[in-house]
Amino acid sequence: MRELSLYILDIAQNSLAAGACEIKISVVEDTNNDRLTIKIADNGSGMTQTQKRQAADPFYTTRTTRKVGLGIPLLRMAAEQTGGRVEIISKPGKGTTLTAEFVRSHIDCLPLGDVVSTLMVLIRTRPDVDIYYKRVLDSRSYVVDTRKFKEILGDVPLNNPDVSVWVESYLREHEIQLAGH
Amino acid sequence: MKTLAELEAIRDKAREKMNIRNNNSEAIRVVVGMATCGIAAGARPVLNAFAEEVAKRRLENVVVNQTGCIGMCQFEPIVEVLVPGHEKVTYAKVTPDKVARIVVDHIVNGNPVMEYTIGHIMK
Ligand SMILES: Nc1ncnc2c1ncn2[C@@H]1O[C@H](COP(=O)(O)OP(=O)(O)OP(=O)(O)O)[C@@H](O)[C@H]1O
Ligand code: FES
Ligand SMILES: [Mg+2]
Repeated sequence: MRELSLYILDIAQNSLAAGACEIKISVVEDTNNDRLTIKIADNGSGMTQTQKRQAADPFYTTRTTRKVGLGIPLLRMAAEQTGGRVEIISKPGKGTTLTAEFVRSHIDCLPLGDVVSTLMVLIRTRPDVDIYYKRVLDSRSYVVDTRKFKEILGDVPLNNPDVSVWVESYLREHEIQLAGH
Repeated sequence: MKTLAELEAIRDKAREKMNIRNNNSEAIRVVVGMATCGIAAGARPVLNAFAEEVAKRRLENVVVNQTGCIGMCQFEPIVEVLVPGHEKVTYAKVTPDKVARIVVDHIVNGNPVMEYTIGHIMK
């Protein structure tokens, strides 16, 4: 995969598969410490210690259509090739938090890419799931919480086409503002 | 800047439309495979392109959805189009530039784009 934002989508798919109804995503760039940290926390089914150990192994998967799970091992490779790492904290019945740390300046560090497109896939296809997104670039930051949109929308669904168009421009404006200084 | 007041206005317009629309026809479903292999092959822009095309053409009766693995990695991105009362049509190796034609020919006019289907691509 060519962008870190695609890994975010893939890891969030694990959260959805685990039955999460809330996913918290944060992307924190710290240029002084030369780190880019992605955190994805869900309130899905969680994993036991054994499942967690197995999730690090490409030959472990609970999927039935293919024999290997690729998502987490691929992300781990992408992080470790920059000198970073992946950590998973998980409690059965409570949820899972995955943290991936990248060394920004490393030649093998993939670009973050289009996080807004990743968020839009989640918002469009799983409007029932609450998405919280926090983006930090050094001292600048913003937060988007789809719960807030839903409060305003009431009975109008979050994936109403006109609503989605608005949400996407809202996110893109914030992203541009954060980057452009 | 986009404001939350704009979102309120969009909500109010959507409510008016919800009231006049008759909701008894079953929706057409577009389902995009979003397992790791699908994402790696380009499913994300394909899903968003479908949603944008549906919004642009103001198609009220189409739902864009995702699923996990469809089981044929080498043909990803895979998109299934389910029109009520018709057999499911599976498109393979879909790219964003194929989306408009699938929406117009198949979803609007009822003619599946045979050359994009998995059966055609496998040959
Ligand atoms: N957030 C999570 N909550 C609960 N279980 C998880 C979570 N993330 C991963 N797992 C478990 O770890 C396994 C391995 O995950 P991984 O993403 O590597 O592969 P996969 O999802 O099975 O397949 P792929 O990602 O290749 O489509 C999953 O099958 C699942 O059992
Ligand atoms: S794993 Fe590739 S299609 Fe499912
Ligand atoms: Mg996975």
